[in-house]
Amino acid sequence: MSDRHPMTGNEMSGSEPGGLERHQYDVVVVGAGGAGLRAAIAAHDAGARTAIVCKSLLGKAHTVMAEGGIAAAMGNRWPEDNWEVHFRDTMRGGKMLNNWRMAQLHAQEAPERVMELEDWGALFDRTEDGLISQRDFGGHKYARLAHVGDRTGLEMIRTLQQRAVALGIDVFMECTVTELLKDGSGSIAGAFAYWRETGRFVVFEAPSVVLATGGIGKSFKVTSNSWEYTGDGHALALRAGASLINMEFVQFHPTGMVWPPSVKGLLVTESVRGDGGILKNSDGKRFMFDYIPEFFKAETADTIEEADRWYDDKKNNRRPPELLPRDEVARAINSEIKAGRGSPHGGIFLDIASRRTPDYIRKRLPSMYHQFKELADVDITQEPMEIGPTCHYVMGGIEVDPDTELAAVPGLYAVGECSGGMHGSNRLGGNSLSDLLVFGRRAGEAAAARADSMGQSRPTVRDDDVRAAQASALAPFDVEGDENPYAIQHDLQQSMNDLVGIIRTRGELEQSLQEIEKLKERAKRMTVEGHRQYNPGWHLAIDLRNMLLVSECIAKAALAREESRGGHTRDDFPQTDHEVWGTKNLVCNVDATGAGIDLSEKPLPVMPDELKKYFD
Amino acid sequence: MASTDARETATGSTGVHGPTRARIEAKTLRQDRWWLMPLATFIVFSGFIVFATYRAFAGDHFYAEPYLSPFYSPCLTDSCVAGSSDFGQPLSWWSLSPALVILIFPLGFRLTCYYYRKAYYRAFWLSPPACAVAEPHTKYTGETRFPLILQNIHRYFWYAAVVVALILTYDAVLAFGPAPGESDGIHMGLGTVLMVANVVLIWLYTLSCHSCRHITGGRLRHFSKHPVRYKMWTFVSKLNARHAAYAWYSLFSVAIVDFYIYLLATGTIDDPRFF
Amino acid sequence: MGYRLKMRIWRGDQSGGDLGDYEVEVSEGEVVLDAIHRVQATQAGDLAVRWNCKAGKCGSCSAEINGRPRLMCMTRLSDFDPVETVTVTPMRSFPVIRDLVTDVSFNYEKASELPSFAPPPRDADGKRRMAQVDVERGQEFRKCIECFLCQNTCHVVRDHEENKPAFAGPRFFLRYAELDMHPLDTHDRRQLAQGAAGLGMCNITKCCTEVCPENIKITDNAIIPMKERVVDRKFDPLVWLGSKIGLRNRDNDGRTEV
Repeated sequence: MSDRHPMTGNEMSGSEPGGLERHQYDVVVVGAGGAGLRAAIAAHDAGARTAIVCKSLLGKAHTVMAEGGIAAAMGNRWPEDNWEVHFRDTMRGGKMLNNWRMAQLHAQEAPERVMELEDWGALFDRTEDGLISQRDFGGHKYARLAHVGDRTGLEMIRTLQQRAVALGIDVFMECTVTELLKDGSGSIAGAFAYWRETGRFVVFEAPSVVLATGGIGKSFKVTSNSWEYTGDGHALALRAGASLINMEFVQFHPTGMVWPPSVKGLLVTESVRGDGGILKNSDGKRFMFDYIPEFFKAETADTIEEADRWYDDKKNNRRPPELLPRDEVARAINSEIKAGRGSPHGGIFLDIASRRTPDYIRKRLPSMYHQFKELADVDITQEPMEIGPTCHYVMGGIEVDPDTELAAVPGLYAVGECSGGMHGSNRLGGNSLSDLLVFGRRAGEAAAARADSMGQSRPTVRDDDVRAAQASALAPFDVEGDENPYAIQHDLQQSMNDLVGIIRTRGELEQSLQEIEKLKERAKRMTVEGHRQYNPGWHLAIDLRNMLLVSECIAKAALAREESRGGHTRDDFPQTDHEVWGTKNLVCNVDATGAGIDLSEKPLPVMPDELKKYFD
Repeated sequence: MASTDARETATGSTGVHGPTRARIEAKTLRQDRWWLMPLATFIVFSGFIVFATYRAFAGDHFYAEPYLSPFYSPCLTDSCVAGSSDFGQPLSWWSLSPALVILIFPLGFRLTCYYYRKAYYRAFWLSPPACAVAEPHTKYTGETRFPLILQNIHRYFWYAAVVVALILTYDAVLAFGPAPGESDGIHMGLGTVLMVANVVLIWLYTLSCHSCRHITGGRLRHFSKHPVRYKMWTFVSKLNARHAAYAWYSLFSVAIVDFYIYLLATGTIDDPRFF
Repeated sequence: MGYRLKMRIWRGDQSGGDLGDYEVEVSEGEVVLDAIHRVQATQAGDLAVRWNCKAGKCGSCSAEINGRPRLMCMTRLSDFDPVETVTVTPMRSFPVIRDLVTDVSFNYEKASELPSFAPPPRDADGKRRMAQVDVERGQEFRKCIECFLCQNTCHVVRDHEENKPAFAGPRFFLRYAELDMHPLDTHDRRQLAQGAAGLGMCNITKCCTEVCPENIKITDNAIIPMKERVVDRKFDPLVWLGSKIGLRNRDNDGRTEV
C-alpha cells in the first residue's frame, strides 16, 4: 500500500516517484454517485473488500443535482398506491420498451431502499402523520416521490456518503478509470486508472467491477449535466466487450434555464409543475392542452378548470397536462418555440408566481428560488421563469441481467444511468434516484457474491494490458498535433445538439455520423500542453475518446430506429410503430477496429401474462 | 497523514504563509473596505467604555426626579440621592459609586454575549479582524481555557439581565411620575419617552439573546412534544436574527438616557414636559 | 454586451507560484467560472481548476475571488466593474495542489472521525415517524453542499495550521448540531463536540456564516446552540445539580454518550 490517505487518496505530489500503484480488492465500484455508493455499501455489507473510485471528490457526483424526489410506492399519501401501480406507470412512461423485470424489481424494492436512507440519517420532508412525505410528478399516478424540498439528490448522496464513510469503505477520489482489464479467459480482472492530482497510474485488481459512471450529457451543448458525464462507463463497457442498448433514447428535460447563456441548460425541477407551475407561450396561452397525446388522453384533464381542481382533489379530477411524461412536454415546448410563440430568450414561460404564494414557493422550491435569484436575477415568486428543453438523461446504457446487473463480460456489473433497459424509451421523473438505490444494492451484492465464490483463483491482470493502457493514456502528450481537446469537445457538443437533438431526421443523423468521423480523425491529432499533474486538458483528451464512441452509438441507433417513441423523435417517422419497433432493442457493440460501432437488433424480453394484465 | 504532519512541524510559520499553502504574499487580497466595520466597532465601543467608566465612577448627577439613570438602577448604597433608592439601601457599607455594585451584571451580560464576543474579538483582538484577513497572533486556543472559558456562564448573566430589565421597566413606569413642582398623577416628559424607548430596546436585546433562545426551546429535541415552548422559541428566534442590531441600539439608548439625566441633574437643560 | 475582462489567476504549486495576468472575452450574465473556462480553453489548457455542476449545487469550485472565499460558479461578473481586475486564487487554508486546486482531505478526515447517526428500531409497521417541525432544524444543516468555504475561512485553522488536528471546523459543527437535534438519534455527542471536535476553539466570529453559499446560519443555528448544549452537559452547575436529584431534561432520555 502507498502512504496515501485512506479516505481521500490524496498525497501531495511534488516528490511523488513515478511508477504504478497497485491495489487488490474484491469489488471495485467506478463512480460515487447514488448507484456507486449504494453498490459499494451493499458489497461491503456482504463482506467484500470494496473500493470506490471516482473522478471527482466524494459527494460531488451528479446525483447532487437531482431535485424532485425518489419515486417509491410507499403509500404514505395515497394508501391505494402500490408497486403494481408504480410498475404500470413506469412501463407506460417508457412506452413499453422497458425491461419488464427491471421495472418490476424497481417498483417492488424502492420503498424499502428509501426507508434504508432514513435509517442512515436522511431527513425527508414529513406528512402530517410524521411519515415520509410524497409529492406529485409527471407520469406518476399518485403522489409518490419522497423528497426534501427540491434538493433530494443532495440528501441522498450525503446520506449514502456518510454511510460509506461510517462503514470505512476505501474511496479513491479524483481518480479516473480509463480501461477495464481482463484475464485471458475474458473475465474482468481489474481496472486501470490515473490520479487526477498527480497523473500517476493505478491498477486495481478485482474480480468484480461495478460501473456506476452516469450518463453522456456532456456530448450535447445544452445540457443539465456536469463535466463528468462523458459516457465513461458506456465506453469502458463497450471496449471490454459488453453491449449497449436503447442508446437512441436521450431524455430532454422540458424545463432547463435558457438565460443567461452561461447557465443555459441548467435544470429547473419538475417539482415546479408538480407544485402548481404551468407553461405559457408568448401569447399567455396555457398551451399544454393542445398537446395531449391519445395514449394519455384518458388520464389527463382537458379543461383548465379540471386541471386546477386536481391539485386539491386528485380523486375526482384528472392530472394537468403539464404533468405528462417529460418527452411529451419537451416536444410540446419545442413545437411552441418553433412556431414563433417563444419567450424573448428562446424559451417559453414557466409560471408559478401567479399561482402560489411567495411563502409557499420559497418553502417548497428553495433551491429554484435561490438558483434564479443568484444566476438570472429573476424572482420566481414575482415573475415567470423562461425555460426550454435541455439534455438531461440517457435511457440507454449497458445491457445487464435484470436481477444481478451483470453485463455481457463476466465480472462486469453496471448500475444507474450507465446501465440500460430499466427506463425503456423514456424515464419518469423520480425513477432515477430509486433506480440507483434498487439496482445499486443488487449489483453490489452480486459483485460481492462473485468475488466470494472465486476463492483464491482470481483472474489476473496481464502486464501487456497495463502497458497498453498506460501508452494509450499518455498518447496525447506524445502526439505532435495541431488539435486542442477543448475545441474538439466544443464542436462535438454543437453537432450533437444540432443534428441528434430533440427532433431528428435521416439527413441530419447521417450528417452527424460524418461529423463524428471527422472529429475522430481530429482527435488523433489532439495534443495537450503541460505535464501530468492535475491537467484538465489531458483529462479532457482522455474523456473525449469516450464521448466520441458513445455519440456514435446514439447517432447510429437514432438513424436506425425509424419511428418516434419516448426520448427519440423522428420528424420523418412521427408515428410510434408498435408492430415493428415495439418489440425490439437496438444493440451497440464495438466493431473489429475497436474505434467504431456495430449496430444489431435484439428482441425485447416478453412480459409474463400475470404482468400483462395491468395494461389491458 | 504522516507526511503532512512532518511538513507542519518543519517550519515555524503557519497560517496562510505556511509551507503547504499557495504562496501569496498579501495577508489578504480583499479589496473592499473590510477594515471599516472593526474600526467603527472599536471606536464606538471604546467611546462607550470611556463614557460609562467616567459616569459609573462619578457617583453623582444620576437622578433627576422622576428619572433614574440606568447606570445607577437599582441604587442600593447610602450614597444614593434621596428618592433614587426604590429598593432601599441594603448595601450601605459600600463606599464607592453605587453604580459599580450593579453594573457588573449588565456588563457581564454584554461581555459574554455571543454578539459582543464576535464584535470585540474582531475589533479589539483582531482574531480575525475580518473574514479571510490573516490575524496577527501566532497562537490561538479560542475559548477553551481560563479566562475565556468563562464565556460559558453567559446564561447566568442572562438571568441577571432579566432582573435588571424588570427593574428598568419599573424605573420607566416611575418616569411617568411627577417632576418637582408638578401635581400628583400621570405625567410625561422627553425623559419619560427616552426611558421607555430604552427599556424596550433593553428587553429586545435581552430576549433576543442566544441563551434565551436555548432556554425557551432551543435545547429541546422534539418541538412537536412542546408546542408552547416551540412557539416561544420561534418568537425568540425571530428576535435573535436581529440580536446584533438590538445590542447596538440598546447600547446607545442606555448612554443617551444616562447622559440626558446627567444634563438634567446638572441643570444644563430642562426636561420638556408634554403633560 | 461583451468586454475583455482583466484577470489575475494564481498559477503554481507547493514549490511556488504567482498571480498571472490574463485577459479574456466575457459576455453578459457570465460568472467567474465561465471566464476561467475560457482562459483554459483558449490560453492555458493546463490551468487546473476543480468544478462539477456549475450551478452552485455541488460545491466543487470553491476559490478566493478578490480575496473573498466564494464559489466561482455563483460569482457573477456583473458584480464587478468592467475595468476592475478580478483576482482568483486557490483557497488559502488548505495545501495547494496546483493552480486553483487545493487538497481538501482535511475535511474528509474530519468527516470520518464523526460517529454516525444511531437510530432506534423502526416502528411496528416498519416505518419511522418524525414531525416536520422536529426535522426542520436538521434540514437546514443538510443543505450543506460541502464546498468547505466555511472551513477555509475559519481563522482557527486558516491562521493556525497547528489547530487542525484538534478542530473539526464549522462544517462538522453543523453535523454535530444536526445529529444532536435529530429527533431519533440515540447518541449524545455533546462531550465529543467539545472535546474531540474542538467546539471551544470557535470564537463565534461568524465568518463561516458570512461565506456560506447556501446561506445556512451556521453560527446562530448550529454552533451557538451546540455551545449552549455543551454548557448544559458540562458547565452548568444547576443542570448538573438537577440531574443529581432527578430533575432533568426528559427530552434527552434514551441517549447514550459517545
